[in-house]
Amino acid sequence: MTALPFASPARRRLRRMAGDAAAALLGVVLLIWSLAPVYNMLLIALDQEGDNEFSGDIWPPEPSLDSFRAVWTQGHWYLEHIWNQFGNSLYVGLLTMVLTVLIASLASFAVGRMRLGKARMLTSAALFTYVLPSSFLAIPFVRVAYSYGLSDSLWAVIAAEVTFATPFAVLILLQYARLLPTELDEAARIDGASPARIYWHIYLPLMAPGLAAVGTYALLLAWGEYLYQYMLLSSTRNWTVAVAIEQFWDSDEAPWNYMMALAIMYALPPIAVFFALRRYLAAALGLGGVRR
Amino acid sequence: MSATQQVLATGRPVAGRGRRPPWRWRLHGSDFTWALAFVVPYAAVFLAFAVYPIAYGLWMGREPALYGRLLADPHYPRTVINTLVYVGIGVNVTMFLALLLSGFFLRRRWWIRPLLVIYLLPWALPAVPAFLSFHWMLIGEQGLVDSVLRELFGIDGPIWFNNRGLALASNIVASIWKWMPFWTAIFIAGRMAIPPEIYEAAAVDGATGTRRFVHVTFPLLANVYLVCTLLATIWTLGDFSTVNFVSGGAPARSTDVLATLGIRYALDFAQPELGAAAMLSALPVLIPLVIVLMRKAQATGVQL
Repeated sequence: MTALPFASPARRRLRRMAGDAAAALLGVVLLIWSLAPVYNMLLIALDQEGDNEFSGDIWPPEPSLDSFRAVWTQGHWYLEHIWNQFGNSLYVGLLTMVLTVLIASLASFAVGRMRLGKARMLTSAALFTYVLPSSFLAIPFVRVAYSYGLSDSLWAVIAAEVTFATPFAVLILLQYARLLPTELDEAARIDGASPARIYWHIYLPLMAPGLAAVGTYALLLAWGEYLYQYMLLSSTRNWTVAVAIEQFWDSDEAPWNYMMALAIMYALPPIAVFFALRRYLAAALGLGGVRR
Repeated sequence: MSATQQVLATGRPVAGRGRRPPWRWRLHGSDFTWALAFVVPYAAVFLAFAVYPIAYGLWMGREPALYGRLLADPHYPRTVINTLVYVGIGVNVTMFLALLLSGFFLRRRWWIRPLLVIYLLPWALPAVPAFLSFHWMLIGEQGLVDSVLRELFGIDGPIWFNNRGLALASNIVASIWKWMPFWTAIFIAGRMAIPPEIYEAAAVDGATGTRRFVHVTFPLLANVYLVCTLLATIWTLGDFSTVNFVSGGAPARSTDVLATLGIRYALDFAQPELGAAAMLSALPVLIPLVIVLMRKAQATGVQL
């Protein structure tokens, strides 16, 4: 406020008002920018013919929930296995979550608490995998999965998602573990507890918030990932929702309103999780977020 | 020496970061076995699903003849240029706007919090629905963008995916839309970690507004900004979904990037070796970026 020491109060007030107006304008622009694609999805999904023409009305004059009903009742041959596919997405997401939490917490316990030598190697490996763009590995990954006997298998997808979720999880958990006191470990050691007991009875409960954050991260990653699911799954029954949406895109004569209704239903769970846990995630991930 | 410099010179106060605990678990005998056993699952996943595919990918692209075939394909050089434009413009615009907006979102107004929540929505949205929606917004006369232009302003909008420049720009805008919120959130955290005393000292020296940003905020965030930009560059280099769904390579596969071209070689043309080679051809750029990033991240203690 003291930038212009000779400015009169009236001028200062004018400047402030101009600043407020500019901020409000920017706010409106950001609102439209963020919501336009979401609005577009709703517009198409609610239209009977799947048209998305904007005709001057902000809200479609005759909104119809037919498309959502079609998805719900599997009422189109593109949607034949849709509940099965939702189940597959959930299965992949949940197993990725459990395995990521398990593998990453074990590794972070050995490195962060037991101080296993050569720990730097493990953190470097984690950092390296985290940094690598996963799409560049997709082609050889498919071959490797086949060589393990995992063709058209959800387990191949789970393996891929776990591979790309654990590095970040390990890094976050190592950060988080540094904030915990070591006295409990020490006391338990003196009482003769084995490392496995300390891990289970002391480490895991203390790390609960960090584990929850990391688990959510893995779940959202696996639910939203597309390329690996597309390349690894070939039969309709084994598809996940991400792949099922893609088939509409590939065709010229698909009902677009069904596609958008499906896209909205697919996007809702992660958005719900994200907004429900947003404060909590920010606090836990902020610890290890790219931050100094 | 000004007050700001004095505060800066005393070093950055580390806010609430735990130090290494003094007590060490001495590993011997069975404990060592336990610790090894705990690391085995991670090591197994890393070896089986990261190291082996990397080695396999390198082996797939081992024939020099593959690279000759790549260069002979007229799509390839154009794809390289697209990738450079897409990454170069996309990442830098994203990061710069995110840095500026992170300051905007720290203003004290009642509507800033709700706006931030809505602004973070693109980040929460899975990539496939988001980019499909972008594609349908720009599909042509009946797309949302062109129909809004027509209804509200009486302008005949362009057919976005019939023009290489416009299609490339659409991809870039979609990528900015999706990733800017994430980086903004990171920079907000970075700005909040700057202790208020520094700003108070700067205010005493008369640094407010733009000057405060240039001389105080930015120098303190420079490391984070650099690491984030490197990370965003690498990730955007490997971005498949944006281009695949927004322009889909249209018109006539002229807006492909390396990631989409490689996958297309592998799936549509059933030439996985050529696809692997196309992606390996990014290594001369990728390897230095990864090395610099890992050094920088470890040396400066910027936590990823």
